[in-house]
Amino acid sequence: MHDTKYTIFFAALVCFVCSIFVAGSAVLLKDLQDANVLLDRQKKVLDVADLVEEGQKLSAIEVNALFEANIQAVVVDLATGETVTDIDPATFDQGKAAKDPATSNAAEENAAKVRRVPNNALIYQVVVEGELTAIIFPIEGAGLWGTLYGFIAVGPDLQTVKGITFYQHKETPGLGGEVDNTRWKSLWQGRHLFDEGGRIALSVNKGQAGSVEEDPYHVDGLSGATLTSRGVTNSIHFWLGEQGFGTYLKAARNGGSI
Amino acid sequence: MTNLQRDALIDPLFNNNPIALQVLGICSALAVTTKMSTAFVMTLAVIFVILASNTAVSLIRNYIPSSIRIIVQLTIIASLVIITDQVLKAFVYDISKQLSVFVGLIITNCIVMGRAEAYAMQNPPGLSAIDGIGNGFGYGIILMAVAFFRELFGSGKLFGLTVLTPVNEGGWYVTNGLMVLAPAAFFLIGCFIWAIRGWKPEQNEEDFSVGTLFEPGHEGNLR
Repeated sequence: MHDTKYTIFFAALVCFVCSIFVAGSAVLLKDLQDANVLLDRQKKVLDVADLVEEGQKLSAIEVNALFEANIQAVVVDLATGETVTDIDPATFDQGKAAKDPATSNAAEENAAKVRRVPNNALIYQVVVEGELTAIIFPIEGAGLWGTLYGFIAVGPDLQTVKGITFYQHKETPGLGGEVDNTRWKSLWQGRHLFDEGGRIALSVNKGQAGSVEEDPYHVDGLSGATLTSRGVTNSIHFWLGEQGFGTYLKAARNGGSI
Repeated sequence: MTNLQRDALIDPLFNNNPIALQVLGICSALAVTTKMSTAFVMTLAVIFVILASNTAVSLIRNYIPSSIRIIVQLTIIASLVIITDQVLKAFVYDISKQLSVFVGLIITNCIVMGRAEAYAMQNPPGLSAIDGIGNGFGYGIILMAVAFFRELFGSGKLFGLTVLTPVNEGGWYVTNGLMVLAPAAFFLIGCFIWAIRGWKPEQNEEDFSVGTLFEPGHEGNLR
């Protein structure tokens, strides 16, 4: 039998040794992990901007080069719709801003179950050879198991969808997880966001939607994933609506310049 | 390699499989087996954790005060799991995203803790390490087999490569939606247990029927 003093000493020693290993691994690998997260985000932006083929293997350097050449990150003020110049887009973290009460507001109750909306948000302008081809808006909203985080790319007419992608979600693989399906994502291209009255009309509907010309406001539902499909619709409606980028879109439409 | 070492390595594969016979580690076997690539990385992660935890626990087994032995084992296992998670995030980011919480849940994988308590506390480090590898492989075999069927029939793919082109991608194969849901793993594991016990009948539990308890002369059974 060991006495109490020995037991406490032993417990402390085990904790000390273990903490060194844990802290060491976390500190040593942090740079690599941060680079991975950033790279993953950039890949998704390039993917939704249609600058890379899905599944195309690019090295970190190639991704970086493509991103630098064609994508401009811009921080916008959601309340006024104006560009914010005193925040560096490279270091702006929208997720963090949405959590901090100083830089965000509680959202009104909404179907996407977004709790807090940041004051400023990060959008990406896709400029290929000096010409603006798309604007990429971040979207997020509740799916079945968790929040879906993604991007939607909209053409310079602020009406035509160029693409959609999700970089983080917890949906069931094979059912809701099909939001990652390349073929399904390609169905979005060319669909229209707003009806004649300027309201958001685009939605994911049960069953098959018609072709882009006949049925511009609907996208095929994901079979077996009604809640995920609804979640996608809700997040688009929320983020391109009044609480999200609505003011920015209005300003951009009226001002003519983006 | 002595007989003892060979037994420690080979036994957990089929004779004493952690999933099929000991019925441990079922939770993660349901969660990460929709794709072979995630099942494979999970297998490697579990083999590493169980190998390292068995070795570490065995090395200090004579110094651990028995009153706190479980929490000491758990501290070691938890640290190893965190390190594994960090390494996966740094080097195979895409797969670590898919495994999400399940790497962290290796901590609660009963196989790791079960082997630390049942084996590594009584045996020298070398043997414990071999036992760890054996059990990791035993877990991995079932995991890969389950994932093989689930990915093939659920999404028509193996390791992400299309084998049966699904209707969703313009092919002919109508994917089996049940396969991608957790119950499918239960059915498959049940079938594997059936198959293994058909092959090795000594794994069957003895027949047990309530009637025998109350027969005269069997009163002792009730105690």
